[in-house]
Amino acid sequence: MKSTLRHKLLSTVAVLAGVACGATALAADEMFIPVLTYRTGAYAPNGVPFTNGIVDYYKLVNARDGGVNGIKIAFEECETGYTADRGVECYERLKSKKPIVVNPLSTGITFALTDKAPGDKIPVVTVGYGRSESADGSVFKWNFPLLGTYWNAADILVQHVAKLNNGNLKGKKIALVYHDSPYGKEPIPVLEEHAKIMGYELIKLPVTSPGVEQKATWLQIRQQRPDYVFLWGWGVMNSAAVKEATAVGYPRDKMYGVWWAASEPDVLPAEASAIGYHGLALQHSDEKDAKVHMDVLKFVHAKGNGTGPKEEVGTVLYNRGLINGMLVVEAIRTAQAKFGKRVITGEEMRWGLENLNITAARAKEIGFEGLVQPVKTACNDHVGASSARIHTWDGKQWNITSGWYQADSKFLRPMVEEQAKKYAAEKHLEKRDCSKEA
Amino acid sequence: MLYRENGQFKASYRADQQIFPILQDRAFMLGLFALALVAVPFFGSEYLFRAIVIPWLILSLAAIGLNLLVGYCGQISLGAGGIMAVGAYAAYNFFIRMPQLNFLVVLILAGACAAIVGMFFGIPSLRIKGLYLAVATLAAQFFLDWLFARAGWFTNYTPSGSVSTPDVTLFGWLVETPAEKYLLVLGVVGILTLAAKNLVRSHVGRAWMATRDMDVAAEVIGIRPIYAKLTAFGVSSFYLGIAGALWGFIYLGAWEPLAFSITLSFSLLFMIIIGGLGSILGSFLGAAFIIILPLMLNQIPSALGMPLSLATISHLESMTFGALIIFFLIVEPHGLARLWSIAKEKLRLWPFPH
Repeated sequence: MKSTLRHKLLSTVAVLAGVACGATALAADEMFIPVLTYRTGAYAPNGVPFTNGIVDYYKLVNARDGGVNGIKIAFEECETGYTADRGVECYERLKSKKPIVVNPLSTGITFALTDKAPGDKIPVVTVGYGRSESADGSVFKWNFPLLGTYWNAADILVQHVAKLNNGNLKGKKIALVYHDSPYGKEPIPVLEEHAKIMGYELIKLPVTSPGVEQKATWLQIRQQRPDYVFLWGWGVMNSAAVKEATAVGYPRDKMYGVWWAASEPDVLPAEASAIGYHGLALQHSDEKDAKVHMDVLKFVHAKGNGTGPKEEVGTVLYNRGLINGMLVVEAIRTAQAKFGKRVITGEEMRWGLENLNITAARAKEIGFEGLVQPVKTACNDHVGASSARIHTWDGKQWNITSGWYQADSKFLRPMVEEQAKKYAAEKHLEKRDCSKEA
Repeated sequence: MLYRENGQFKASYRADQQIFPILQDRAFMLGLFALALVAVPFFGSEYLFRAIVIPWLILSLAAIGLNLLVGYCGQISLGAGGIMAVGAYAAYNFFIRMPQLNFLVVLILAGACAAIVGMFFGIPSLRIKGLYLAVATLAAQFFLDWLFARAGWFTNYTPSGSVSTPDVTLFGWLVETPAEKYLLVLGVVGILTLAAKNLVRSHVGRAWMATRDMDVAAEVIGIRPIYAKLTAFGVSSFYLGIAGALWGFIYLGAWEPLAFSITLSFSLLFMIIIGGLGSILGSFLGAAFIIILPLMLNQIPSALGMPLSLATISHLESMTFGALIIFFLIVEPHGLARLWSIAKEKLRLWPFPH
């Protein structure tokens, strides 16, 4: 008896030692991509469909095409709970498997990984989130906030409400209800700059994470009666905000959520009171019948490999996950076209991301017609595309209710460059000369 | 059998009053430190340094700081996270505004700033005790959180309120690789631990403990409460401030005010309760329990090849962790440090217990 106990103890210790070393073998002909996620906690309702989308796309590429040019994608999920320290731990844990790219899936984790990326030579891809000034690739060589930054989002929202008022926002009041974190604070400089030019008054109302309690915030909105409310929330905070708006009688059709506050989990819990609520659609909305959806259902779900439920395919965040997966895969293809059809390195992946060029024809070819606009990145432009539309919730689905807006680069670019310059000065970084590299 | 002090005679007070009066203990601790200093940097993996040892050492230092206040002086504080934030932001501002300063000087200045703030928020302790004091320090936590999130000067006006730190250089040595960072942290934590251990054995530490055990009696024997309590707040905050600066600069590299939220204060308090109130060793053990155990629990299912979903693993981790906290508090309410000393007592008699 005693010896079996000792045996058990020994084997446990051995397992723990193995865990500490974190070594698992990886097949030589696979490319590893870590999937940082949060399937538990206050942000899980949003984290789950997004992650399922990413993972399903990798599964699709492996099942339908046998990988990218014959090289399979290996991936592993790691739970961060949306906290920066657990995110860093996940990154370190999975780094031993030589990842070629990382998607932090949180602005806080992006900030922490930005400093590690150049040393580790692993590009950081943040689709529609991350730090806005990292659009400037001449300073942020390893960051790729593809498809749009929060500054683009803020700019487009202001453009939209200005259009509704025939271009005149003088004397109007806009309230920004934001998640009190780097994510929520990102749009403030742009909204403040616009306020100076356009003459509207900006009311900033922070909500402490996770944002379930917003009574005080909405009481202020009832007192000040802003003309529009911009909602910069994430997770349970969004549905709580919609419910509170109903409680104080604030019209939902004056509320605009950023693209992270404009998906099904944000409005469904608020039920009928969410009808009329607007959100920003980051290129895509809840399209369900693109070719890629058919393929996911056919090659992944029909074989019982679906990560989430079948009904989820085509929801807003799921689509974003698919697009995130697609951008990564296309960047791998771009890199392989230059460096050879083999397992690429992080540095080659960085080149691929910087020379990404997804034309409308290419988008159609890979089944993303209607989901993405053409994306073209460059050394000094790590975003690639900066257009968005507004979509509105009708109680059952999101409907596109505006035309395309293009973020005003003349207005934003100097701000991006100024912040990037400041970052470079603080970190004693050398700026790259993009004209020479092109 | 091996762990016996027979034949070790103390011929002087000095020999009798050293930190480890038993030869075996001394040899063990010296060996451990030598191992940590020489062997670990060569054999440790990057994951071990960056995700386990560095956060553990830094939070052990913070736990020592809080333990000086709560465990030795009996003043409950819920503001530890806020004081760490003071240290981190002070270090950040000194570092970017006076880049010529040596990092060690920056650390000491950060500790000093935190000490001043800590003493200020310790003033209510002269009038209120126990849980009421805990609530007063909670106010400090919220005030500091608010201050760093709202006052742009502290974050050098970054738009998102998140700061990122430049690389650390020390006498021309660029602290860059995980092993180098580990050595820096190990050095700082080692020196400060030794200082703390000696401090609690000195008249200052005794004054704290007297105040903790019965403040009226302490006053009767000539200890000034204002002196004892404010020094405890000051020294504790100095440690917390340095730990905060290390946490920001060495471990996180970039942080937002949320990194030093109330959650961190609670974690630190749990560390010293589980590790052992009024014990330096307990601070290390408690930090290990709170930092390393969840990571291991998280990785055990996949290491054993159990096909569990990620969400299930996370939930299991929380449940097991909670159950273990309750288990250890029931088995030994005085903390892991007490378990360690019981083990040593038993070891002295082994293998022939009476």
